[in-house]
Amino acid sequence: METTRKMSDQTPVLECRNLSISYYTRAGEIPAVVDFNLKLMPGESHGIVGESGCGKSTVALAIMQYMGKNGAIVGGELLFEGRDMRTMSAEELRKLRGSKIAMVYQEPMASLNPAMRIGEQLSEVPIYHEGVSQNEAWQRSADMLAKVRLPDPERIMKSFPHQISGGQQQRVVIAMALLSNPKLLLLDEPTTALDVTVEAGIVELIRDIADEFGTSMIYISHNLGLILETCDRLTVMYSGEAVEVGDIHDVFDEMRHPYTRGLFGSIPLPGADKNEHPLVAIPGQLPLPHERPKGCNFGPRCTFFRQGTCDTGRLPMHSVPGDDDHRVRCERFQEIDWARDLPKGEAKPPVESGDVVLSVDDMTKHYVIEESGFLIFGGEEKTVKANEKLNFSAREAETVAIVGESGCGKSTFAKVLMGLEDATAGHVKLGNVELGDLPVDKRDEKTISRLQMVFQNPFDTLNPSHTVGGQIARVIRKFGVAKAKEEVDEIVYRLLDIVKLPRDFAKRRPRQLSGGQKQRVGIARAFAGNPDVVIADEPVSALDVSVQAAVTDLLMDIQRENRTTLLFISHDLSVVRYLADRIVVMYLGQIMEQGSTEEIFSPPYHPYTEALLAAVPIADTSIEKRHIVLKGELPSPSNPPKGCPFSTRCQYMMPGKCDVEAPPIRAFGKQGHEILCHLDPSEMQEMEPVIKKKVEAA
Amino acid sequence: MAKLVLRRLVQMLLIMVVASLLLFAIFDTPEFKKRLAIQELGGFAVSALSEESYNQWLAEKGLDVPFYQRYANWIGNILTGNLGYSYEKATPVAPLLLDRLANTGILAFFVFALMIPISLLLGVLAGMKEGSFQDRAISFFSVFTTSIPEIATAILLTVIFALGLQWFPVKSAMIGGFQFDQLILPVLTLVLYDFGYVARMTRASMAEVMTSQYIRTAILKGLPYKRVIMKHALRNALIAPFTIIVLQLNWLLSGVVVVEVFFEYDGFGKLLLEAALFPDVEVVQACTLVAVAVAVLSQLISDIGYTFLNPRIRFA
Amino acid sequence: MAVSESVAAPTLIERLSAPKPAIVLLLLMWAPLTFYVMFGANQFVLLPAIPATILLYGVAFYNFRESTTAIIGLTLVFFWLLMAVSAPYLPLLDPNKPIAPFALPFSEKRDIFFWLGTDFKGRDMLSRMIWGCQRVIVWGVTATFVAYVVGTLFGLIAGYLSGWWDEIISFLANVLLSFPVMVLFIVILNYLGPSGFNIVVAVTFASAPAIMRIVRGLTLDIKTRDYVYAAQTRGEHPFYIMIIELLPNVRGPIIVDACLRLGYTTVAITTLTFLGLGLQPPDPDWGLMIREAAKTAMLWKFSYMLLVPALSVSTLILGFNLMADGLREMSLRD
Repeated sequence: METTRKMSDQTPVLECRNLSISYYTRAGEIPAVVDFNLKLMPGESHGIVGESGCGKSTVALAIMQYMGKNGAIVGGELLFEGRDMRTMSAEELRKLRGSKIAMVYQEPMASLNPAMRIGEQLSEVPIYHEGVSQNEAWQRSADMLAKVRLPDPERIMKSFPHQISGGQQQRVVIAMALLSNPKLLLLDEPTTALDVTVEAGIVELIRDIADEFGTSMIYISHNLGLILETCDRLTVMYSGEAVEVGDIHDVFDEMRHPYTRGLFGSIPLPGADKNEHPLVAIPGQLPLPHERPKGCNFGPRCTFFRQGTCDTGRLPMHSVPGDDDHRVRCERFQEIDWARDLPKGEAKPPVESGDVVLSVDDMTKHYVIEESGFLIFGGEEKTVKANEKLNFSAREAETVAIVGESGCGKSTFAKVLMGLEDATAGHVKLGNVELGDLPVDKRDEKTISRLQMVFQNPFDTLNPSHTVGGQIARVIRKFGVAKAKEEVDEIVYRLLDIVKLPRDFAKRRPRQLSGGQKQRVGIARAFAGNPDVVIADEPVSALDVSVQAAVTDLLMDIQRENRTTLLFISHDLSVVRYLADRIVVMYLGQIMEQGSTEEIFSPPYHPYTEALLAAVPIADTSIEKRHIVLKGELPSPSNPPKGCPFSTRCQYMMPGKCDVEAPPIRAFGKQGHEILCHLDPSEMQEMEPVIKKKVEAA
Repeated sequence: MAKLVLRRLVQMLLIMVVASLLLFAIFDTPEFKKRLAIQELGGFAVSALSEESYNQWLAEKGLDVPFYQRYANWIGNILTGNLGYSYEKATPVAPLLLDRLANTGILAFFVFALMIPISLLLGVLAGMKEGSFQDRAISFFSVFTTSIPEIATAILLTVIFALGLQWFPVKSAMIGGFQFDQLILPVLTLVLYDFGYVARMTRASMAEVMTSQYIRTAILKGLPYKRVIMKHALRNALIAPFTIIVLQLNWLLSGVVVVEVFFEYDGFGKLLLEAALFPDVEVVQACTLVAVAVAVLSQLISDIGYTFLNPRIRFA
Repeated sequence: MAVSESVAAPTLIERLSAPKPAIVLLLLMWAPLTFYVMFGANQFVLLPAIPATILLYGVAFYNFRESTTAIIGLTLVFFWLLMAVSAPYLPLLDPNKPIAPFALPFSEKRDIFFWLGTDFKGRDMLSRMIWGCQRVIVWGVTATFVAYVVGTLFGLIAGYLSGWWDEIISFLANVLLSFPVMVLFIVILNYLGPSGFNIVVAVTFASAPAIMRIVRGLTLDIKTRDYVYAAQTRGEHPFYIMIIELLPNVRGPIIVDACLRLGYTTVAITTLTFLGLGLQPPDPDWGLMIREAAKTAMLWKFSYMLLVPALSVSTLILGFNLMADGLREMSLRD
């Protein structure tokens, strides 16, 4: 077999030896990456994983030798096929880039030139690297577009980037990278900007490329699950350093660095449960590059930290005994009993849910978009069906998750609930108050205070011009919880205690807080008026994994304490599985399936739920997943397909039925499990589970 | 595309209607009517006039009919080419204005012919390498020239080149027919004051494009630097400066006033100021209306040009 | 780095709004000068303004120390501010009285008393130059300030309330913006008559639409932020949202633009005065000095009479522009 050939016989495609990269700013030199080693063999794919600010993207740009004005490689060697790239001339580098080394970027839209047709941008590559003729370059580009499975390559060649969807754009970028058959492909978070079902398609494509072209790959991601699906080897980075390197299965199954394990402990894997197996967050925060501690960078957050061992100067990488390829940057890894000292959360008793608090009955929201009319000149009218006949209810102390990809109408639903939009038809009842046609300025203070919201973007959630305390205090006064200054201050302090922030944060401005801390303040603000229902719109999706767990748990704790109803809006099925009691799956403004968490995650499935489950990458080697890749892209909500909205992408599509008639609601079980589908109930019952424990080969 | 142009056109007409209405309304007060009488009959005659005969005079002139009717008449006249009568110069406004506009047109042509290439070139050079020496030098030079107001630039140029070196004449009245050397100082003044603004806008646009991700893509594709600049950067970076340059037409109509007055160049701006000081109401109205028309038209061209140059809008 | 922990230097806005003493100093400098110039108050009111100006320069210098550009601009502007507040106390000759028989009109004689010579009426040029900055600074700043209040208010309303408010306000702004600025000035001042207060009105009409557009654009951007949704969902009144949530966050870009616009307004006032539509004689003003000299002194020998006011006004405007540049540079770093 190929892989059994001894590695030392081959020249590595890329080798980084003790690479150090710094940025120069007003504050002086900031080391971004220190002492980075990597050896990439032909045909191998290597993952680099880490949280934001760990230096993983810096490594990618350093490999491309594109550091901008203020960045520079300050030490070490960077060998490409045995030659040090640092000694190459600008012209040699130019010839290497795009032909031997190619890159795929995080944001496909921004990476393509908006003013040039795609064909022109693609055919440049062979023209400038191989000197082929215009016609041949064009032909090769079109062929490559077909290879990355884009429909109708000729049409796409003639389009501008904004005329195709995000997933298609990323395929174009991948095609561009593959055009000159590179030796090394760098992928920097290539699917982060895309929806899960689109991501699944791209990941499948990347895997096939590795097989078909034999290209070596470096795959950079914050998502451990994606790395598991695409890579052979893995480097875990923390605060500018590689902390653990090894074969992917070794690292996943026998991790030997406390940070790696902390990371795994804070992501919701199947089996995690908010009551029995709560997540364990890594305490503390990522240190700033110029405030890194002496010794181990992870020291201040590590439970195994020992003075005298972990804080004395630079730490080297050690090989794990018995496996030369598995290396960790930890002084104590051999002293730790890795099987016993697993991070374990405290189990909590499950909460009994109470009466129905919020009921949504045939709620419909249509937008009418006028084609930007001017004064007397109205344009054509277009109706966007953002929400179509939504039906569900939420009980006291219950967590209901609303899941869906972009354009599914989950944010519109939140707006109607909060009174920023009127419902077009149907009812939304909070207790016995009808909210559907009651905009927020007509609601009384009592009603408003019963319904509050936690927002998605930590950078936007707080007003940068006012202090943290001032913003919480405003809510307390506004909802009449307290009026006197001392009383209000007391409540502000108590809320800060609850969200585990120091009291002197009240005087700080949001700019001085990290993303996770801002989100905690956002939660404190939402709970300041003692609400009955809190809507959380993707509250953790913009946060790093280790912070996500802490914020999620905090939210759950406060909810448990106050018996609040939580509507959790998310696109992330893993988080939802972890914390939700009931799940509502939405697609293009309609509810496709709803039921208890257990019911959603096991057959019968709605075909969309089935695909969604299959698309979510899972960072667990003991899990087996069925492969379903949806064809096509999400249709635009302003122009939804006739019949079933999912009919254009469904693998069970029955022509003449699904694309013509609206599907019926099929009910299963007694707990209100409902599926909106034409499929026969028995057919759905027979579906295989998507996620299964691997059967151990005994 | 056609729809957009049509909408802009309607918008432009509406603006013209409201602007002309404003213009007509503010000069439609009893004092201005009286001033009109003084201009026609002489101050002494008007002060001797009884109220009755003054009203009779108003009726004779058609100044007593309702406002909207007179506005309609005025607009009707303008649309048929009758722009009124200049009491100061004792001549119909239309031919006078046309003649002056032609002079200003000559001035404007040379200003644009010089300013566009200079400002685009300097802007692109500065924006290409943000923070470099060439960028700092060009940026400082353009802040400096834009900081000196036209009147001061005119003075400096006159003192140096006309009074000191005596290369060019002090005034540009063109008394002995069109003379090219009289045009140089006014043109230079306008160019010096204005190129900096356009150059800075071009620089900002270019600098933004150069830090964009698609330029990174182009470089990491291994394209030669020249190709990156000429093909990838300029196409995007020159969209914004184009609209700004067209909009400079509006600015030029302001700028010419002081320059034409200072150099005594017989153009549109000087005519407007003289009429305003006299005051020659119908000339002021006609000049302003023409200026607004030019400005609105340049806005229209700029908008259409922008949508045409930007594929994101053209092929939306 | 996405989630930055940075507690480094305070942002530009915080620096500009934090020091309460600076605001007191600003008032101490500004109020006397305004009363003195606009309403002819006794010159004693200017006494506290002189130390206030110097102290304010110190405060500003300290806060802008990292940008050389801003420091140069600041120094130019404060030089003229200091001249404006201290003019009555400087050992200068009366700017409005011919100083014959000691010096003749058009005197080029420059000795220890008459550094810059005398003008066509025999008045001391140095004294006229220094006194000349008062009116243009006071009226220029007042006019710009009023234009900002009006423009910001309409911009917030148009941007936040949208719909018909936006349609109407934007349309009116478009109408005003379609007049070339100088033409608009001429029409308005021709209608109202030349005076300082009417300049304020004219500048407001000419500048407020552009300011409104900027504020409207910023508001449209900021109103989609989650903290604005948070305020809306707790049922705050639109005016509360505009003033408390939006206004503090549009301040930054506005301050930079204000420096630039102060320059434009100074140019406009000087130009209008030169054209005979602005400030009126006999009190000295740079525009007037240019106007008078341009009529009488078009000779190489007398070119100093043109150059002195021209260079004075240029340095003041350069000061404003460099300050704007420096501030922009600093705000980009934040």
